[in-house]
Amino acid sequence: MPNATYIALIPLLPLAGFIMLGIFGRKYFKNTSGIIGTTLLLVSTGLALYTAYGYFFEYGKVDGVYQKLVPLKYTWLEFSQGVSIDMGIIIDPISVMMLVVVTFVSLMVHIYSLGYMKGEERFPTYYAFLGLFTFSMLGLVVSSNIFQIYIFWELVGVSSFLLIGYYYDKPSAVAACKKAFIVTRFADVGFLIGILMLSFYSGTLDFNTLIATLTSPESNGYKTAAAASFMGVSALTWGLVLVFIGGAGKSAMFPLHIWLPDAMEGPTPVSALIHAATMVVAGVFLVARLFPVFAISSPGALSIVGYVGAVSAMIAAVIACTQTDIKRVLAYSTMSQIGYMMFALGVSKYGGEEGLGYTASMFHLFTHAMFKALLFLGAGAVIHFIHSNEMKDMGGLRKYLPITHITFLIACLAIAGVPPFAGFFSKEEILLAAYQHNPTIYWIALITSGLTAFYMFRLYFSIFWNKDASPSPQGEGRGEVHHGEGGFAMMMPLVLLALGAAAAGFIPFGHFVSSDGKALESEFHLQFSILPVALGLAGIFTAMLLYKKQNDKPDKIAASLSGLYKAAYHKFYIDEVYLFITQKIIFNLIGRPAAWFDKNVVDGLVNLTGNTTLKISEGIKRIQSGKVQQYAIYFLAGVIGLALLFIYVWK
Amino acid sequence: MIEPGLYHLLFISAALFFIGVYGFFTRRNLVTMLMSVELILNSVNLNFIAFNKYLWPNKLDGVFFTIFIIAIAAAEAAVAIAIIINLYRSHHSIDVENAEEMKF
Amino acid sequence: MNLLLLILTPLLTAVAVLLMRNATQVRWVSFIGAAVQLVLAFALFFAFRNERMAGNTAEMLFQIQYNWFPAWHISFHLGVDGISIAMILLTAFVVIAGVLVSWNVEKMTKEFYFLLILLSLGAYGFFISLDLFILFFFLEIAVIPKYLLIGIWGSGKKEYSANKLALMLMGGSALVLVGLLGIYFNAPEKTFDLLTLSKSYIPAEVQQICFPLLFVGFGVFTALFPFHTWVPDGHSSAPTAGSMFLAGISMKLGGYGCLRVATYILHDAAKDYSTIIIVLSVIAILYGAFATMMQKDLKYINAYSSVSHCGFVLLGIGMMTKTSMTGAVMQMVSHGLMTALFFAVIGMIYERTHTRQVNEMGGLLKRMPFIGTVLFIVGLCSLGLPGLSGFVAEMTVFMGSWERPDTFSRVATILSCLSLVVTAVYILRAITKTAMGPLKEQFATLTDARWNEKLAAIILVVGIIAIGTAPFWLNDLINPATEIIKQHLMIPTPID
Repeated sequence: MPNATYIALIPLLPLAGFIMLGIFGRKYFKNTSGIIGTTLLLVSTGLALYTAYGYFFEYGKVDGVYQKLVPLKYTWLEFSQGVSIDMGIIIDPISVMMLVVVTFVSLMVHIYSLGYMKGEERFPTYYAFLGLFTFSMLGLVVSSNIFQIYIFWELVGVSSFLLIGYYYDKPSAVAACKKAFIVTRFADVGFLIGILMLSFYSGTLDFNTLIATLTSPESNGYKTAAAASFMGVSALTWGLVLVFIGGAGKSAMFPLHIWLPDAMEGPTPVSALIHAATMVVAGVFLVARLFPVFAISSPGALSIVGYVGAVSAMIAAVIACTQTDIKRVLAYSTMSQIGYMMFALGVSKYGGEEGLGYTASMFHLFTHAMFKALLFLGAGAVIHFIHSNEMKDMGGLRKYLPITHITFLIACLAIAGVPPFAGFFSKEEILLAAYQHNPTIYWIALITSGLTAFYMFRLYFSIFWNKDASPSPQGEGRGEVHHGEGGFAMMMPLVLLALGAAAAGFIPFGHFVSSDGKALESEFHLQFSILPVALGLAGIFTAMLLYKKQNDKPDKIAASLSGLYKAAYHKFYIDEVYLFITQKIIFNLIGRPAAWFDKNVVDGLVNLTGNTTLKISEGIKRIQSGKVQQYAIYFLAGVIGLALLFIYVWK
Repeated sequence: MIEPGLYHLLFISAALFFIGVYGFFTRRNLVTMLMSVELILNSVNLNFIAFNKYLWPNKLDGVFFTIFIIAIAAAEAAVAIAIIINLYRSHHSIDVENAEEMKF
Repeated sequence: MNLLLLILTPLLTAVAVLLMRNATQVRWVSFIGAAVQLVLAFALFFAFRNERMAGNTAEMLFQIQYNWFPAWHISFHLGVDGISIAMILLTAFVVIAGVLVSWNVEKMTKEFYFLLILLSLGAYGFFISLDLFILFFFLEIAVIPKYLLIGIWGSGKKEYSANKLALMLMGGSALVLVGLLGIYFNAPEKTFDLLTLSKSYIPAEVQQICFPLLFVGFGVFTALFPFHTWVPDGHSSAPTAGSMFLAGISMKLGGYGCLRVATYILHDAAKDYSTIIIVLSVIAILYGAFATMMQKDLKYINAYSSVSHCGFVLLGIGMMTKTSMTGAVMQMVSHGLMTALFFAVIGMIYERTHTRQVNEMGGLLKRMPFIGTVLFIVGLCSLGLPGLSGFVAEMTVFMGSWERPDTFSRVATILSCLSLVVTAVYILRAITKTAMGPLKEQFATLTDARWNEKLAAIILVVGIIAIGTAPFWLNDLINPATEIIKQHLMIPTPID
């Protein structure tokens, strides 16, 4: 059986790092905080690998099926009988896989940051926040309770907020962190309402019980949830779609993706960790966690997942072709790849061969974490060297940054789906799953994969080739000042991740992760692979033609496609639409009137009451003239009046 | 010569009362106002005496009340004059029109 | 545990404060008094837990009863249950923090501290009274000091605010008094005793009239829409500790009263008025949040957000499920701690920058890392970040509200969920503009918090985190009490 203490330590060690560095870092660990954080995470990674080994090879499998184990569960907050938030650990293939991915990538980023963030004033704070993020993300993946996952969901959101806003004196970073938080918050409200709905019908918040209740057609919860409908859609589907909205927000799916490109304002290693490899796949993870419910009880909700994923993948790929900031290109590429994972889940069914999409999605999540983290860290090295994010400042850097160049190339080949790199295997599985179940999505995916190859190599050639031998006006001479590529701490993670990106594809993933826990034999279809690979190579070739040498062809093409190009360059004006809705509609039509109403109507009524009272007293105070004789007259008049009343009226 | 009866006395008392009231309302001098008040009180005394004599000749209640009122009037005059003296000290006048600090 | 101690300690402290010779002595005496209060509150909490664990299931523990005015059947009856203990803990936390942040008050120090302690006396008395008359008595004690605190030590249009606040709260308590008298004269047994009244049958017509009186009367205290307008003005004019007490303690008197007096005794009418309460509270939640979005003054931001947050208290009470009422009490505790801390931080910032306009600040985190960090913590608590108290309370209210299966409650819950986004918008706007961004030149020489300010902030942060990370103790404390109220509400209305 799994050792609950060890597994609990995996997230708790980074938390300890956060508390220690957060409170005392400034004073006592000014220089050692990086080492402390990294060491703690190293232990966590070791424990995660140990757990993974134990789970996959020793105790996890019973009768050929990987079990969902819950080694730890503690009632945190009980609402009513059976409905409680438990803090627990669930151990199943995807959570163990995520444990490994998160700790590994986080460790790489920790090490990389030792070099990249050296000399920053808030170095301890940076490591504290990294610790907080790692804790939250690990807590998220092992959550055994849907409310627990929501708790960590919010926590990763806030650590992402803190890290994007790390350079807090930069207005653009502040705006970006705010945007990221608010957009994901908006999606989280959907998630929350979804949780409320699902928990109401299933009568529990515990994942295992919830899934069991909502997937068995005999259970009462399932019956009421399927029967209750709103606008012709069953309550269960509504609940799942709302939960998916939460996932879409965090995973930057269209149309909730607008925060992701801006989030690149954070330090580059942070982008690698949070906005490429781990946090943004939380939405995919969430859908995967609830996959049986989606697949068995509500195929409608699942197909929404599929189409949203496919559309996001396509749109992001088109936008990525036009961006000039290298981190933004990578951000859109991330969005596109997550779209792949989403629609892979969307086209999948539950169990056996039909569940290929599920396996493929998780496989792609795994390989993507490797090569995308690598791409970001490579981009970080480039930015570190050249002090700019803009492509036009780069070119011909392969001589100055040889290791970065090679590793970056490996990552680009991997993401473009060129065999035998990791991305090829996972992408083939996804395409195959789409081909089997949903031709529309398959064609979208195919075109997207060609585009992916194109924009990645556009990036690659623009950075490392193009303007030969002259790095950039800015970068000139900086090579000497800036000790080349940035030392061992920065190069080692690149190399390790490159190994991962090159070799991860050979893992027989289906044996370990599948929709129902049984091993899935992934077959390799040579004929099927020809088309995607050919498209990928075509993309690469086009990029080479256009960007390997400095020329004016790209500009000409851009000019000939002016409308489309402009729209894509401006990200299809989605930001502007949001800006219009929030600034113009919500602020002006709701906020301002509310404030006005409060100040003038509600408060006005209160003041009116006060003023009326004052006015009246102003009027009657004249009776109190202070003159004795007047008072005497009133008195007499009163006496006479009363006397008359008593005599003539009341007798 | 007409034998004076209850009505005559009541007439005198009423006249005295209204003279007092008139004086109280119209005079500005506090001492005169005090005198007016004395007139009013004495009109009441007269009433008591008259009713006592003509309605309940065997009882003395009205006389007692009159004596009470005379005693109280004396005390009241003492207090009032003390107030008037103090007012004079602070305002250098005993005109009521000048003493209206107690207004709103 | 003798509950009289809770009244005697502030009373003695207040007397001692009056006897002190200089400001330093006054401060220390108040501090010691507040510390004793805190210790007492904890002692009470643990004594209560022990009693409960030992199997004492009486509704109210540690009861004391003296005859006070036998002719009118008024007795000095004290007793506590879980809700009272939660409120007492909250009061003790806010009082000590309030005493600490007022360390620099130089103007009439003695009187200032005297009034603070007097206010806490009223609050303690209110929370432990089991007799409606003395409950009202303590309510009034808690109102008067606020008027003076704002009127004398306030800033801005303080006279206006002090008048408005005192008049509105007095109006509220007048309604409460009428409601109480209505109950007294119409109950089968002429009594003010809460426990007796809750068990006796009060005629339906009387309930129909008295419930709105009591609910609105107490509701004024807790910013029931549309009687909330004293909140922004009162808070923004009050001195720092005044705002802390006002939002942290005084607004909770209302919530407690709505739950303990109005809903508990008049349970039949409560069910009938539930819809109206829910509508008003949802309006308060959303409308407060949107109105906050437009504010530019930090104190106004927090005051309007208090309107929104207190809406959750009323929503929880209005939904009338056990969980939602537990959530309402949690929200009271959470909001009390959080908003007191928020005002404390605003006070610290104002003292240094001499402005409260968010647009005039920027980059303060650089010069004031401690204050900036606390601002972040309290902001995140306000927008409901897990691990801090606001999340726990709001989620409990939501879960409780969702237990009601009718469409109306569903819509109300979903609408109030939406406020989470709006809250995030205005809180982030406030804290990013204040603490982040480039540092303005005129703030380049500011200093960070002093020891007293740090201590105050840490005390409140500990409270917030203690609830946020381990809500089960608070839940276990409150749940049995709300369970009893819930059972009362389930008694079917007798047909006469």
